[in-house]
Amino acid sequence: MDFIRNFPLFTIILSLFSSVLCMLLDGRWAKRYTVCYECLLIALSGAVLWYVSATGEPFTYVMGEFPAPWGNEIRAGVLEALLAVVFLTVLLCSVLGGWRFLLIDVEHSKINLYFTLINLLTAALMALIWTNDIFTGYVFLEILTLSSCGILIVREIGRTTLAAVRYMVLNLLGSGLFLLGVILLYSLTGHLLMVPMRAAILEIVAAEGGVTTITFSLAVLTIGLGIKSGLFPFHFWMPDTYGTATPTSAAILSALASKAYILLLFKIYWRVVGIEVFQQLPIHYLLFGLGILGMIFGSVSAIRENNIHRMVAFSSAAQTGYIYMGLGMGSPLGYVAALFQLIAHAVTKSLLFLTTPRLARVSGDSLLFQNLQGSGFRDRSAGIFFTLCALSMVGIPVFAGFSAKLFFAVAAVESGELGVLFPTMLALAVSAVLNALYFIRTVIRIYTAGRGGSEISAPRIYAEEHNDADSAEPLPELETRSERRSYWVSALILTGMNLFLGLFSWVAVDFIRRGLDMFA
Amino acid sequence: MNRDKFRRWLNGEADIMGDILDGRTGHDLPRQDQRRLQREAEEVAIVHMGRVIHSERRLFSAWYRVAAVLCCLTLMAVFLYMVAHITRYGAENPRVAEVAERYVERGLEETGATNIVAGMILDYRAFDTLGESHVLFTALVCVMILLRRDRKNMRTAYEDYYRIQDEDYFPTNQDPIARRVGGILVPCILLFGVYILLNGQISPGGGFSGGAVLGAGLVIFASTRGDGAVDRFLTKRVFQWAAFCALSFYSFAKGYVFFTGANGLENHIPKGVPGAILSGGLILPLDIAVGLVVACTMFGFYSLFRRGTIGGGDEGKEA
Repeated sequence: MDFIRNFPLFTIILSLFSSVLCMLLDGRWAKRYTVCYECLLIALSGAVLWYVSATGEPFTYVMGEFPAPWGNEIRAGVLEALLAVVFLTVLLCSVLGGWRFLLIDVEHSKINLYFTLINLLTAALMALIWTNDIFTGYVFLEILTLSSCGILIVREIGRTTLAAVRYMVLNLLGSGLFLLGVILLYSLTGHLLMVPMRAAILEIVAAEGGVTTITFSLAVLTIGLGIKSGLFPFHFWMPDTYGTATPTSAAILSALASKAYILLLFKIYWRVVGIEVFQQLPIHYLLFGLGILGMIFGSVSAIRENNIHRMVAFSSAAQTGYIYMGLGMGSPLGYVAALFQLIAHAVTKSLLFLTTPRLARVSGDSLLFQNLQGSGFRDRSAGIFFTLCALSMVGIPVFAGFSAKLFFAVAAVESGELGVLFPTMLALAVSAVLNALYFIRTVIRIYTAGRGGSEISAPRIYAEEHNDADSAEPLPELETRSERRSYWVSALILTGMNLFLGLFSWVAVDFIRRGLDMFA
Repeated sequence: MNRDKFRRWLNGEADIMGDILDGRTGHDLPRQDQRRLQREAEEVAIVHMGRVIHSERRLFSAWYRVAAVLCCLTLMAVFLYMVAHITRYGAENPRVAEVAERYVERGLEETGATNIVAGMILDYRAFDTLGESHVLFTALVCVMILLRRDRKNMRTAYEDYYRIQDEDYFPTNQDPIARRVGGILVPCILLFGVYILLNGQISPGGGFSGGAVLGAGLVIFASTRGDGAVDRFLTKRVFQWAAFCALSFYSFAKGYVFFTGANGLENHIPKGVPGAILSGGLILPLDIAVGLVVACTMFGFYSLFRRGTIGGGDEGKEA
């Protein structure tokens, strides 16, 4: 057996070990260590990606001495390896880009604990990507949920705590439903590993009256993961959660954590149920409809927002809607488009969440639009990166967002069903206009000359609002060169990935297609 | 004075427990101030927001009740339907039995553990259990982030004042009965915990249950002998190193088994004689590691919720 086949196992074990190690380290060393080992993980996953695309077939890896139906196993194909590389890169960039705000938001004696949680989250992401066992999925989903709450609550201000409690309650509800779904599937099939489960499900579906039981268990599972990833009627936790977290956490939660849940759902559809069976079930109509509603309502809520962070968070709800719409289309191209959107959104949204606090920083720590006016001139780099991301979100050609929308349109045409074509096209058009409304409005706002530079600061705004002229001006906080450099590095990497996905989208699509061929 | 109070209580004029339940008299003024301020703030909020909230809430609560009832009914219907279609407990179903059969029939031979459950969770499906023990660790870290005292969540001396008040409110460690009973119970509980831990591969028990008993023993020890008694041997350093050693040993030991198993190598871990203490291969050391983590987590929760620190070393004090 080739040695590279061990790499997926190494990524999981290394992340688990690093999390415990970071608890012993001092905050700054924990960060340095985390950056180094994330690079190592990227290299390991990159090697796996190279290996599986060279050999052209996926491999399963038995965790221990006992083979498939009795022991655990993990499995790697092109799609898994690709997602691992993308997720890890985004994670690394989020840690680097938000480092300055981490020092402000997080109590210094707890920064090492923050990195402990980041590493646990990495381990959970890796395990969810590689796993071939539905119960392993559940266990690491729990780690993901808890560590997400932890990196949210670490800011220790009232609003964040409130948001974290709400996030935790909803997430635990989602976990509970997911677990119920797993239990139901297990009692029907008698297996927890995905491949034997699928064989049993095929038998059940062939038998009389079996489809309803499978549909019900799958529906419970879907609702559970839908709550966790912010599918339309359950998206209301997003603005508070993403809007109040420290930038690194917001980027990780919106770009990676919620995507990992979608990925697990996707894996269950393909590997546990089998995509042919799934397309016969009514669930995908539900996903299609809710996805479209999410696209529209997420954007409408974003337009009504007066706080830039919450606006970006609502746009996450809209973008999640795109992914679910793709899953619900029921055509192979729809899945490709959904996965492409998943990657494109992860790359764009993380940079947005890392950039908006910088705009706020030069506007007196205020996230309100009226104070952000002219902030694009005050922090030029942040203004440029925000504009680039906004253009990508709206769907301007050259950027990843455009390619994603294009693939959805193509998928709708190729599906050959009028019932899919018209709603999709309509939703894409409406949603693009709505996206443009709020993102372009923001770009215009930050590049409108207005209240300038040093005039604006949090105490000044407070004083204006309360007619209290005596509030003291605090000393301006200077950004050190290394902090600035780390933001630049992460922003450039993410923008580069964004442009690559926009300009050479066929490369990514080719990988995704090959991945899907070996995914089932 | 006490006799006077007693008579008044007999006459139905005063509540003898009132002082105890309401807090000590004499120290209560600042707290009353605090309550008054809070009440005033609430009144202001009610006056300003009342109308808006009221109209929104009426609409919402009507909607909410209908939706909640509908959701519950739907879920109930779905689960009742599912229960009717799942194989009955104990009934023969060849498909469902396939995996369990091998665990029962060949578990002893393949894992070396008389306790098949231990063999299952620590050998057949060890990867899940590896994740499960890290779930506990994650929860512990989250609680540490939230409750460990630091500059941010211990902002004022005022709060500190009340913390001290509450901490010494009813000091159990000065109660002679509790001290004596604790002195008798704690060794037994700890010994029992160790027994459960070490016999995990032979009899029902293992890391999770043994660790829970150990943790409970530590909690009782801390509450009957005072926190200082535990701080003497369980400092922050010891606590962190225990968790670190247990979890990293677990990760690497299992990583080694996964590696050798998947690559078809021999793993050099003797299975031992089934039924002896030293049997079941890695199950015993893994049980000890899991037990340490569980005990640490339980005691950590207790200590953090009670004092906001583990093992004394105060982060918040110098601020």
